[in-house]
Amino acid sequence: MTRTILTEAGAQTAPSGDALWLSAADALRITGWELKPEGMCRGELCVPLPAGMAKDGQIDLAAFWGHIGAPLAHDAGGTVWSLGTAASERRQSLETLEAPDFTLPDLAGAAHSLSDLRGKKTLLVTWASW
Amino acid sequence: MWQQLYSELKSENFMVVAVAEESRGNETARPWIEQAKPEYLCLVDTEHLVAARYGMVNVPQAVWIDEHGTMVRPPETAGSTDHFRRMDLATRTMAPDDMAARLAARQAYMDAVRAWVRTGTYALPADAAREALPEITPDIAMADVLFRLGLYLRGQGNMAESAVHLAEAARLHPESWNIWRQAADLDAIGNAGGAAFWQRVKSLGDRPYYPPPDLPGFKQVPV
Repeated sequence: MTRTILTEAGAQTAPSGDALWLSAADALRITGWELKPEGMCRGELCVPLPAGMAKDGQIDLAAFWGHIGAPLAHDAGGTVWSLGTAASERRQSLETLEAPDFTLPDLAGAAHSLSDLRGKKTLLVTWASW
Repeated sequence: MWQQLYSELKSENFMVVAVAEESRGNETARPWIEQAKPEYLCLVDTEHLVAARYGMVNVPQAVWIDEHGTMVRPPETAGSTDHFRRMDLATRTMAPDDMAARLAARQAYMDAVRAWVRTGTYALPADAAREALPEITPDIAMADVLFRLGLYLRGQGNMAESAVHLAEAARLHPESWNIWRQAADLDAIGNAGGAAFWQRVKSLGDRPYYPPPDLPGFKQVPV
């Protein structure tokens, strides 16, 4: 049974497997973290991997996620996984005061990004029907 | 409210982005949006991504973002007040003075936005803006992950397991009315404003439901 992995970028699928062991290629595609000789890397940042967290080109992504202090949850069957960003990383990102970017659809389905509005003063306001 | 502001200020390099935190999706948001006849940008956020990224906990909350993409006022209550907590629940009516005060606060918020757009007033310096940022704890980060998992399982028809994850998300992030009320609404439309909601509001005691922003015309409403 294929596994579904939810990230802030949406739902993605990975082939069936044990818990959250993924190929290095799937891990990179889904999370942006790349397996390199020095560890798992994203951009400039590399995190050395403790023994047992990677073998034969596969990564224990659940263990890695815990290792970097990022939150993760899964359904009872282990087929749907939800991966989040660590609180400390979110806090640091907010402290730059750069407005976090996002891309969302309007009612017609057209995608809009906050960053498209650079150059204007923008009131970003939330609401809900409930 | 936002259309009026946008109409007045659109020639002054100003934009409004209204994000519906609406896990039921487009068709639930549509009638509200169509009624507002907006010229500004209205987006639908079924997973509450914006709330998570900005650490928002209720609606309406707003962030003021300057021309450089910098937050000059982090998330805060956008014109709403706690006067609703004083209504007569039997008749669902508010005292005329409270109605007037609520309306005045909304006008005060719009006045503050106008002043910011035209003269830069009320934009916080960086240190003060950082001070005003919401706290993001590991429990909050986990709540957002569970919320997303719960929504996905619900979409797959797995209601029982979804409910467990949504309830745990609300427990881990008790400040988030967004999580609690969205989950209640997904249970049944109307639940987000039902008896359990009022009980939860009552249990706030002296704490605000809509914390007043540090802007002229706002103070905590005694309840």
